[in-house]
Amino acid sequence: MNKLKLATVWLDGCSGCHMSFLDMDERLLELSSQIDLVYSPLVDFKEYPEIVDVALVEGAISSVEDEHKIQRIRKHTALLVAMGDCAVTGNVPAMRNPFGPLPILERAYHENVSAQPQTPSMFVPALLEKVRPVHEFVSVDLYLPGCPPAADTFFRVITELLAGRVPDVASLTRFGA
Amino acid sequence: MAQTITIDPVTRLEGHGRITLKTNDQGEVSEAYFSVTQVRGFEKFCEGRPYYEMPSLMARICGICPVSHLIASAKACEAIMSVEVPPTAAKLRRALNLAQMIQSHALSFFYLASPDLLLGMDADPAERNIFGVAKAHPELGRAGVGLRRFGQHMIELLGRKRIHPGWVIPGGVTQPLEQAKREEILALLPEAYANIKMALTAYKQIAGRFQDEVDSFANFPGPFMGMVSESGGLEFTDARLRMIDAEGLVLVDGLEAAGFDDCIGEAVEPYSYMKFPYLKSLGYPRGAYRVGPLARLNIASHAGTPLADIEVNEFKKLANGPVLGSFHYHHARLVEILHGLEAIERLFSDNSILDKHVRARAGVNRQEGAGIAEAPRGTLMHHYRVNDNGQITWANLVIATGQNNNAMNRGVLQTAQRFVKGDKLTNGMLNRVEAVIRTFDPCLSCSTHAYGEMPLAIELLAPDGSRLDQIQRP
Repeated sequence: MNKLKLATVWLDGCSGCHMSFLDMDERLLELSSQIDLVYSPLVDFKEYPEIVDVALVEGAISSVEDEHKIQRIRKHTALLVAMGDCAVTGNVPAMRNPFGPLPILERAYHENVSAQPQTPSMFVPALLEKVRPVHEFVSVDLYLPGCPPAADTFFRVITELLAGRVPDVASLTRFGA
Repeated sequence: MAQTITIDPVTRLEGHGRITLKTNDQGEVSEAYFSVTQVRGFEKFCEGRPYYEMPSLMARICGICPVSHLIASAKACEAIMSVEVPPTAAKLRRALNLAQMIQSHALSFFYLASPDLLLGMDADPAERNIFGVAKAHPELGRAGVGLRRFGQHMIELLGRKRIHPGWVIPGGVTQPLEQAKREEILALLPEAYANIKMALTAYKQIAGRFQDEVDSFANFPGPFMGMVSESGGLEFTDARLRMIDAEGLVLVDGLEAAGFDDCIGEAVEPYSYMKFPYLKSLGYPRGAYRVGPLARLNIASHAGTPLADIEVNEFKKLANGPVLGSFHYHHARLVEILHGLEAIERLFSDNSILDKHVRARAGVNRQEGAGIAEAPRGTLMHHYRVNDNGQITWANLVIATGQNNNAMNRGVLQTAQRFVKGDKLTNGMLNRVEAVIRTFDPCLSCSTHAYGEMPLAIELLAPDGSRLDQIQRP
């Protein structure tokens, strides 16, 4: 049997969903006999593969770079999972939306600074006017709410996917869980 | 001839980054820039929200060290409330912070760095990960998973969730410790001790293979800052800060949260969203300093627990005076795990840990407050102002990883100058550039509380600015 080609992606989130994924602990090592982690902050594969079976996407879409990445991920992924509340709703990163990007930059790089105040402009991407959830940019196949979803939820979802079923997560997790 | 190679982002980091190297006319690397490329804005969007919401909101800065943010934030709120937390609440928070330090250091050492250390800097990239380590060194792989599990499980027992627990609130904690949980945690300690002892032994056996990396991975003199107990031992939660210079002389001592802003400034560079904190009296960039496990072990005279005291003593023999090579952050992390286990055992062995008085109640009694704690990666500071209704009107956060920003930039330059030759980038050089950053265990989620994540691209530019080579993930 071919191994499941799994990717995990970290966009504008806190990495808590990735940490909860790691919280599967020894179960993650055991899953490695059935899963190839083909792209992830945890492994050294440097390019998003042409064919990915399942992608777990953490975080909202905040910058032009995130937007570019999510398009590429969607194009090469069979089943895209919005992992955690930031990917599903925008959640905490979207709290900047009522202010807009300029006051954020003003506070961080002018007001709260004692030397060389300036808005960084070399090698840094433009922010989108609004932070938005993943499904506003590409289609999402499975929503997995939670801040973060628990390790047991990840384990159940992955074992169900390995069995060829798309799990019903309603009983497994909730917003803010 | 110009070429493009693609490897963005740097992997096995808590985030992504971009590195730009510039060469001089002789083809030698003369400048290096480490850029962070997104913005989140916690310092702004908290405005208008009630201060007592801050711990749980600010914890969302980081899924790796939410506990440090909970504690620094709660302490800032307690300054606003003008209350002192009950002694048992302070002990419980210290234990929680130690549990987080253990799990975070285990993540850094075993999941992110050990593939380089145990499998080699030039190992097959397809195997160079925690799964490869678990295959090649099953006992060490499982020890790492076990240590991280210990810390996370303890956080869950105390705070009900492994990531983004509640429990820590302005005034203390919501619930006292139950005897059953205390016993469960104490019962888990023997396995954790065995795991960290195995890791320390293994690390000492292999560390000698990395002399080139020790010499070139951000190895230079400069100040260090960290928390230290009254007696000069390791402390992570309730103590004052000390800064020493490269000879070990004290530059600043007894620094409290309320005086942090007067002492430490922040600078901005045009190439990064991550700011550059510095000691104001030395100015920028001369006042740039390092924080985290290496800084803490350099500043403390001893650990304050028996087994870790022996290890700290041995660690200090790596140099005459402060240990300046950032490669030794790895070693320092393992020593701190051992100390953390001992400190938890000590706290939980005293019956006062079960005391039911764990929360002080008050409203707004001051319009400004700051709090500090040691996060796994170094000193963390939260500073808020509120109006009479207790709504936040302004916030400033100084995050551990940001304080290593200057050192990471210098380290990338130093490593590139050691390993990059001519106008061509090689894979060996690239993994070492990634690895120098990994020694600092930068939490790019935290350091981007304002700044977000960093897709890593490496560019090699000629003196005229033309691109000689590029490495980037599409």
